[in-house]
Amino acid sequence: MVPHILWTDVLIYLLLAVIAGFAVYASRHEHLRTPWRQVTRRPMAMGALVVLLAFVAVGLLDSVHYRPRLPGSATQTSSEVRSALDALLSPLRRRTEKTYSAPFATHAHGRETVLRPDGALARAYPRLLHGGAHLTDGESRLADILVKVATATGTVLLLWLPLAAWVAWRQRSPGDGWAGGWQRLWRGESELPWRTLLLTLVVLLAAIANLAWLSAYYHVLGTDQVGQDVLLKSLKSVRTGLVIGTLTTLVMLPFALFFGILAGYARGLIDDVIQYVYTTLSSIPDVLLIAAGVLSLQVYMAHHPETFDNVTTRADWRLLFLCLILGLTSWTGLCRLLRGEVLKLREADYVLAARSLGASHFAIMARHLLPNVMHIVLIAVVLDFSGLVLAEAVLSYIGVGVDPTMDSWGNMINGARLEMAREPMVWWTLGAAFLFMFTLVLAANLFADAVRDAFDPRLRR
Amino acid sequence: MMAYVLRRLLYAIPILIGVNLLTFWLFFFVNSPDDMARMHLGMKRVTPAAIAQWKEARGFDKPLLLNREAAGVEKLTDTIFFRHSLRLFVFDFGRAEDNRDIRREIGERMGPSLAIALPSFLVGLLTYVSFALLLVFFRASYVDVWGVVLCVVLMSISTMFYVIGGQYLIGKLWSLVPISGYGDDGPGAIRFLLLPMAVGIAAAVGLRTRLYRTFFLEEINKDYVRTARAKGLNEWRVLFVHVLRNALIPILTGVVVVIPALFLGSLILESFFGIPGLGSYTIDAIHAQDFFVVRAMVFLGSVLYIVGLILTDISYMLVDPRVRLY
Repeated sequence: MVPHILWTDVLIYLLLAVIAGFAVYASRHEHLRTPWRQVTRRPMAMGALVVLLAFVAVGLLDSVHYRPRLPGSATQTSSEVRSALDALLSPLRRRTEKTYSAPFATHAHGRETVLRPDGALARAYPRLLHGGAHLTDGESRLADILVKVATATGTVLLLWLPLAAWVAWRQRSPGDGWAGGWQRLWRGESELPWRTLLLTLVVLLAAIANLAWLSAYYHVLGTDQVGQDVLLKSLKSVRTGLVIGTLTTLVMLPFALFFGILAGYARGLIDDVIQYVYTTLSSIPDVLLIAAGVLSLQVYMAHHPETFDNVTTRADWRLLFLCLILGLTSWTGLCRLLRGEVLKLREADYVLAARSLGASHFAIMARHLLPNVMHIVLIAVVLDFSGLVLAEAVLSYIGVGVDPTMDSWGNMINGARLEMAREPMVWWTLGAAFLFMFTLVLAANLFADAVRDAFDPRLRR
Repeated sequence: MMAYVLRRLLYAIPILIGVNLLTFWLFFFVNSPDDMARMHLGMKRVTPAAIAQWKEARGFDKPLLLNREAAGVEKLTDTIFFRHSLRLFVFDFGRAEDNRDIRREIGERMGPSLAIALPSFLVGLLTYVSFALLLVFFRASYVDVWGVVLCVVLMSISTMFYVIGGQYLIGKLWSLVPISGYGDDGPGAIRFLLLPMAVGIAAAVGLRTRLYRTFFLEEINKDYVRTARAKGLNEWRVLFVHVLRNALIPILTGVVVVIPALFLGSLILESFFGIPGLGSYTIDAIHAQDFFVVRAMVFLGSVLYIVGLILTDISYMLVDPRVRLY
């Protein structure tokens, strides 16, 4: 096993470092701690955060890549790049069927010619290789599923109850017993919204446990055309969605910050030039600019195959480039906002004070202006996230999104369009993409709203 | 005002040159004309002669920016940039890969795009404003709270699902309207347009309703609203006449700028519903890797965007007498 680091991985680790650094910085400054504390008091936001963290965990697991050693060789490694998530889900990967099968199906979706025991050929729905293979003929599938759901949910509840009890114990007021703690918890009177947190947690854990338990016996979300488990595809798509949503802002942020603050602070010719650049970029319709960029990249890649030797590397480059070009289109809005704010701030007393104390222009921009526009940046970053995740689906449909070989919700939806026209209809790929995307985007929207309410001075009460 | 518009139009020229340079850089520097020729003629076993012929047929055998061999002004004019990119300024888009005139194609496809985009724009605007005012009417009640939650839920669903869901439910399951297609035979054509319009409006209803609601809420506590109520006007009149008029500026900011670009149509709606407009033209061009059509659409899009910005400023002047343009 040899570690294999993709470019997007590097940026993801960098992003984690930035977030960690920001967390440390925020915890030391009261004016940043207060709004964050306000966010933690919002039940919806905290519930959404729990869901988001689950997605992030999947995405991070999928960002640790390695090349497995070839069997029987000490030094040779396979050219196939795998991730920790692949290793974790390898049972799902191995259990492939021949072609489509519905969720929880035991028989194939389409009729095939099969050899009957008596030697005659017949058209029938053959048994699946793996889905429900543990069931003997005549055994009820529904009863089996219900037993498994009950077991998994029961186990989760057993684990969760002590946790809830512990929280309730911590919540009791002095001189008050268990009952008081429970009551406070149940009525939502605790400082942190523990009721929502605990409920979201138990639902999430139950869902995970059920999926894990059931997918060992069934294809919970069905299989696709080549018989691959749709649940696996959906989980692999999480990373793509998260990368598009976060790295895009990460790569555009330095430019937006630097040019936005510079334009507002320097004014004059520099301001004119920067304004010209972002007006030009923003006057091109986003989709068309992205299309133009990706088309050029496709031609470039086709003519430089030696740089992109590996399927995973090529898909990764394309993903990274997509982030770059998406960042190029979304950069301008933030830049304009920052310029406007800095134009106002540069007349503030503390800037004048800094200047009269002999601070250099760079120091004023970096130490005095930058911290005071950070709330705008933060709001823009969290609000952009869900829009970018949604944009990925549209771009993949148009054909200028991520690489077609890459797992992504956009590619799933794109493929599902033809499946919807089949008779009988194949709906589960679309359903799975919808389920995962909707959950992520909804959670992100709810969380972003809370962050905006807490940080936007105009909304602060 | 004319002076203002004229100045803004002049200011558009450097921006459009910038747009031109950018697409030129993307299509001709990142990839050389040789690369493009090979792409279109097939990757393998292309003879240099075939490439040369392809380039010559399209005038790509010239230098990119500066022709050192030519004399005088021709040094600048006998180049790919001058011959291909600067011609966009007179809306001469050249020919597509299939040798059809792009300008004529755009002219023909504008109609269908507009037939779908304009009604959905107008009906949509009416819908969003009405819903937002409804939420404001019930402000700080359960209707408002759950209305906003519903908006957040609706805006968390990708447009693709609205399209596919609409096609499946209304078109396939209930068979109310055709799933896709386009007809230009007068009244009968309307049934083709109903579903894409409904889908287009539904896809944006969550986002826009919530946005407009905040605009209206910002106005609702101002003095003139209190005065209007004190005069004895009923709440509906206060909202639909007084608040709406005063909240027009932020609404117009996002609305007027897209009006000229309605010609370009919607990429997703048109390709899903098989409407032969400019949106599906663009998608086809992207799939066929037709750089010329993409470049023409990029240029056209920028022009329309700039026109939209100017119109926005004029609309400010129309709704708010305090705004002067000069």
